[in-house]
Amino acid sequence: MSRLIRMDQTGHTTLAEWTAEDPASVEAAVSAFRAELEQGYYAVVSEEDGRAEQVRELPLEAPLVILRRPIAGG
Amino acid sequence: MWTSCTTVLVVPFIAVGVGLAIVKPILIPISLVAFAHAWIIPELYAARGAGVVRPRRRAGREPERRALGLLGDLVDHEGRGLHARTGLVLDRGKLGVWLLGEAGALLVRPGGRRVYCYCVKVPEPDLPSGDRIAHLLLALREDESGFATLANLAFAGAPWRLRRRLPDRTRQALGAAVSEVRQAA
Repeated sequence: MSRLIRMDQTGHTTLAEWTAEDPASVEAAVSAFRAELEQGYYAVVSEEDGRAEQVRELPLEAPLVILRRPIAGG
Repeated sequence: MWTSCTTVLVVPFIAVGVGLAIVKPILIPISLVAFAHAWIIPELYAARGAGVVRPRRRAGREPERRALGLLGDLVDHEGRGLHARTGLVLDRGKLGVWLLGEAGALLVRPGGRRVYCYCVKVPEPDLPSGDRIAHLLLALREDESGFATLANLAFAGAPWRLRRRLPDRTRQALGAAVSEVRQAA
């Protein structure tokens, strides 16, 4: 089961969970993903080698997709 | 660039101090004041640098716990331990070893003789501490050079100068980062 989560004031919120075998869950996850990107969130997938990749389409095979806000110099 | 700016600020005070002492030894007290200025200026910058990793206001207990869980998933066991002890997360990058706090980051350059203090944050004041660090960690891992470019440089200098301005727990994290860099060399 893959998860789409958003970091927010609650710690984090799970917006969608999906499996490739369940088209309805994928469709719901893709809609939620696009809606958050439109709100200004960045989507990130953490990788095994300690790096991370920003994605603009929901990677269906990723176990966890994290939504974060842009950062700024202080 | 940073070193040049500091040099430009400090050298005139040293020159004045030395010059006055040579030309008129009776002015040695004024020389000492000039030397004090030359010493204090980098110290003030170091204090500003230390401020970037100062802990910020905490959110509620439950949000903090949830955020900490997510942050824990992004770092290894050793990283979780360091965060529990010091409040900072260590991450190894191409530019050196990073220490990430809630509203800033320290970069220990290869060789361990120079540390950069960056002011950088997520502009969401209500986020729990763990989430603020996770934001910086993910942004850093996505694009390290971009992260360093975006962040505002608050101080660059020797680790010993910064260490004196840090609280004990943060000092421990800086020590771990310097060790990490020296082991990698």
